[in-house]
Amino acid sequence: MEHIRTPKVEHVSLIDRASPRKPCVGTLYLTASHSIFVEHDAERHRETWVLHSLVCLVEKLPTTPAGCPLLLRCRNFQVFQFIIPQEKDCQDVHASLTRLSRPERYAELYCFSFNPNTDKEAREEGWSAIDLQAEYRRMGLPNHLWQLTMANRDYRVCDTYPSDLYVPKSVTTPIVVGSSKFRSRGRFPTLTYYHRDNHATICRSSQPLSGFSARCLEDEQMLQAITSSNPGSSFMYVVDTRPKLNAMANRAAGKGYENEDNYSNIRFQFLGIENIHVMRSSQQKMFEVCDLRSPTMTDFLWGLENSGWLKHIKAILDAGVFIARAVAEEGVSVLVHCSDGWDRTAQACSVASLLLDPFYRTLKGLMVLIERDWVSFGHKFSHRYGHLDGDPREVSPVMDQFLECVWQLSLQFPCAFEYNERFLLHLHEQIHSCQFGNFLGNSQKEREELRVRERTHSVWAHLWMNRADYINPLYRPDHSQTQGVLRPATAPYCFKFWRGMYCRSEQVHQRPPTVTDVLTTVREESQQLEAELSAQQEVPRGTAHPASEQENGDFGKDAYDERHSQDEHSE
Amino acid sequence: MEFAELIKTPRVDGVVLHRPFMPTVEGTLCLTGHHLILSSRQDNTEELWLLHSNIDYIEKRFVGSLGTIIVKCKDLRIIQLDIPGMEECLNIASSIEALSTLDSVSLMYPFFYRPMFEVVEDGWNMFLPEEITLTLLTDEWRLSSVNKDFGVCPTYPQLVAVPKAVDDDTLRKVATFRHGGRFPVLSYYHKKNGMVMMRAGQPLTGTNGRRCKEDEKLINATLRPGKRGYIIDTRAINVAQQAKARGGGFEQEASYPQWRRIHKAIERYNILQESLIKLVEACNDQSQSMDRWLSKLEASNWQTHVKEIVTTACLAAQCIDREGASVLVHGTEGTDSTLQVTSLAQIILDPCCRTMRGFQSLVEREWLQAGHPFQQRCAQSAYSNSKARLEAPVFLLFLDCVWQVLRQFPCSFQFNEHFLVLLFEHAYASQFGTFLGNNAAERLKLKLPQKTVSLWSWVNRPQEMERFLNPLYEPNNLVIWPSVAPQSLLLWEGVFLRWNRSSKCLDEAYDEMVHIIEYNKELQSKVNALRRQLAQLETGDGLLETP
Repeated sequence: MEHIRTPKVEHVSLIDRASPRKPCVGTLYLTASHSIFVEHDAERHRETWVLHSLVCLVEKLPTTPAGCPLLLRCRNFQVFQFIIPQEKDCQDVHASLTRLSRPERYAELYCFSFNPNTDKEAREEGWSAIDLQAEYRRMGLPNHLWQLTMANRDYRVCDTYPSDLYVPKSVTTPIVVGSSKFRSRGRFPTLTYYHRDNHATICRSSQPLSGFSARCLEDEQMLQAITSSNPGSSFMYVVDTRPKLNAMANRAAGKGYENEDNYSNIRFQFLGIENIHVMRSSQQKMFEVCDLRSPTMTDFLWGLENSGWLKHIKAILDAGVFIARAVAEEGVSVLVHCSDGWDRTAQACSVASLLLDPFYRTLKGLMVLIERDWVSFGHKFSHRYGHLDGDPREVSPVMDQFLECVWQLSLQFPCAFEYNERFLLHLHEQIHSCQFGNFLGNSQKEREELRVRERTHSVWAHLWMNRADYINPLYRPDHSQTQGVLRPATAPYCFKFWRGMYCRSEQVHQRPPTVTDVLTTVREESQQLEAELSAQQEVPRGTAHPASEQENGDFGKDAYDERHSQDEHSE
Repeated sequence: MEFAELIKTPRVDGVVLHRPFMPTVEGTLCLTGHHLILSSRQDNTEELWLLHSNIDYIEKRFVGSLGTIIVKCKDLRIIQLDIPGMEECLNIASSIEALSTLDSVSLMYPFFYRPMFEVVEDGWNMFLPEEITLTLLTDEWRLSSVNKDFGVCPTYPQLVAVPKAVDDDTLRKVATFRHGGRFPVLSYYHKKNGMVMMRAGQPLTGTNGRRCKEDEKLINATLRPGKRGYIIDTRAINVAQQAKARGGGFEQEASYPQWRRIHKAIERYNILQESLIKLVEACNDQSQSMDRWLSKLEASNWQTHVKEIVTTACLAAQCIDREGASVLVHGTEGTDSTLQVTSLAQIILDPCCRTMRGFQSLVEREWLQAGHPFQQRCAQSAYSNSKARLEAPVFLLFLDCVWQVLRQFPCSFQFNEHFLVLLFEHAYASQFGTFLGNNAAERLKLKLPQKTVSLWSWVNRPQEMERFLNPLYEPNNLVIWPSVAPQSLLLWEGVFLRWNRSSKCLDEAYDEMVHIIEYNKELQSKVNALRRQLAQLETGDGLLETP
């Protein structure tokens, strides 16, 4: 609370970007976690809540006769513009919010104070809802080809990996240790996805420390073991998701990529996804386009092209398609890496998994996928999404791009995904807001040290509780589109600008309902009618399909306080 | 002329047909007077029946004695025919070229087509001008038959709606002052506030600023006392200035003090045609990078045209509905951009135009009767090599704009996207006579109602109509304001990417949507029946209980 210079300012105007001439007047409150704007209008009494941790920029604009404009830019791309009558107040609010939106220590983050009125039991149940060991069992592991290795217990070998990892049955701890010494940050090759149908796998690692000529026997044995654990193929692909030029430059620093001559039976491939710095500036350029006041079509299309954003999205999806095709169609295992193996590798592996396995296209499946490929494998959430005031060069929209790939796929396969766009948008918000502990820190080890399971709540339980909001009405588990491997088209014209994500400041309540909204309402009504009918007589057969009700109870009791789930624009 | 003279080789065996997203078919190719037919004579494969008039351009290639003809259609589809034998291939190609570019309208297929269905409601009589406009009339407006013999304006219909206060002699004088004799007529009457939208050709002011008192009187007669109106000129100010040198021009403030003139820049003719050609070329380039695609899409300018038209239509609608002012729209001739604006503004303002019947009536009234020269504009599509003179995708752009609004308001239209695509196809090549000719006078001369079948006769049969109805339709009596932000206006994939990407998954989603809604309706009726039963039982019980 010591950072709040003024807790309350009266007669503040909130400007609606869609109709800037009609501001609403009200009171702005600053709390430890939120800015709250309460409209004075007695009839509506609308409240706008903005979480401090979602604010990425507080900007004071030149004073006008009406007062001092203050612009809040949020990490979920919402923009709020207030006009504060007194210069002094504006300065205070600006200074307070600037400090509040840039926490310096983990302890300041919202997840440590957020208390949704649940008991200890429910909290623990929430945390155990997504169980990665169950996920590996679901894929069919361990089995006669793959085993759980104890090598990384207590993070002895690699402190950015999870402790439980799967390696080929023939791989011994010395091989793991040897291989890890030959890989950046000790991130040795390990399994992430196992394709039950044909035993082909997706494995991941960081780049080898090969330089121009270095070799490592254990690493070569490791790759040979991965190839051998796939009885269907005599070779494996090693995929470096970086552009070739970047990978070659790394050789000078003693890193690099696998030499095909040193590894028996590998086929090497570059996939050309750019690094985090390119992606950060690309997204920045795209925001500038979205921010233009009444742009022409040329401004927009030229800006979109110039940002390169869709090109990068295509590169990631293409990488996923390459891997999925190798696994499903050729039956060949793939080892994926980039530099450290926690950004592009996570993107490529998770997109490929999504294409390969219908499970990840369900609500719970996507949670599991993110927990596995991103959370457990040490994607640096706190660095990438700037949870703490730190090095801006570490920030990059890696997860944004993954979520956008999912969205682009859902356009091509409207019936294949159980979740809707809103789910992706909420996930995006949660990753940035730190309301829950799941995405805290940069590795599993850090989260354990922070004791997030004891001190914070799990976002998955929260999302699951509100799952009715996230269901795609067109999804049906028995629909042909839902089954099997997705084979998306990746011609440039298949990629769309994601308006729902990047044009958040357009007022949602002024837009006409979308097809999804209407169908959701119709389906809800149908469910009520079904209930009314079944109370009286039998329901017509073969038509009922409320997908969300199948796994009811998996997530424990619906004990979370609803009010905390709708911080923004709650009535 | 006999078609037989043009058909050098009527049939070839062993022809292989390649179509987008369909298995190749081997069969016999037949040419008839109006169709290219490929049949495998097997029950399980679909035959190809292609109207010659749908063929925009063909290319020939030879590898040894195997010839290949690439047929590029006006609906943007590209198919490939592999024809064994060089001579056969050359003969087929030259026959197709001759048959797809017949000069005489009366040789077109609609004059030979006999419907395989019973015409229940004749489309030719569905939207008679009297009926169309009568509904609009109030005591301020009347129907004039000054153009009965098409003498005053050759591109207007015989009946037009004009202010009651203006007599036919005045109209004749005004016609001499407006391009093509297109004097201001009523296009739309806004019931909510009595404001109107009129359209006309440009005033012929010329370089020395000619005036026409009757013209001023006519349009002033539509203003309420003390009110101002808006003139929307669909040309940029410099284009309108240049028009003066050719005898055209625009309304000077001095002569029309009660009117405020606004210029918008909607392109016409070859600029639109080239835009279409570039867009389709971009869409068909499968091997390009993202940068190249976006840059080609931008360079085609198609989306810019869409944005400009929607914006101008919104402006017209805003003047009428929000400002409470009457509007006069014109460009140069008043047969292209003018109609795009007046018809789209009605979609925005008038819920009737968003119904199946109302939209057909709008097309009939604002495009066919209003004298949009379909025959000239739709003679060639995106693949033609010949220099475009009169061709322009004006109507396609209008349909694209309607699709944009429909996409933004998915529940407010009674018809669906398929219906818009259908109209695009039939405007360019059809078995029906609806889009033949350039104006009402030509259609009358061609005796289209007697000699051809109307598209509306076919579309409005319940079994056909079903495919074109929007399952999400909920009548919405409000004015709908579309967003014109560039990110809200999308490429119309249903037309431009139709043959480049499989629509299977999207079609399945559409079916799923229909299923969800039908299932809901089924439940509704069951629950209603049940409730009725319960109510009856209760009253029945009540009766039993009474002693």
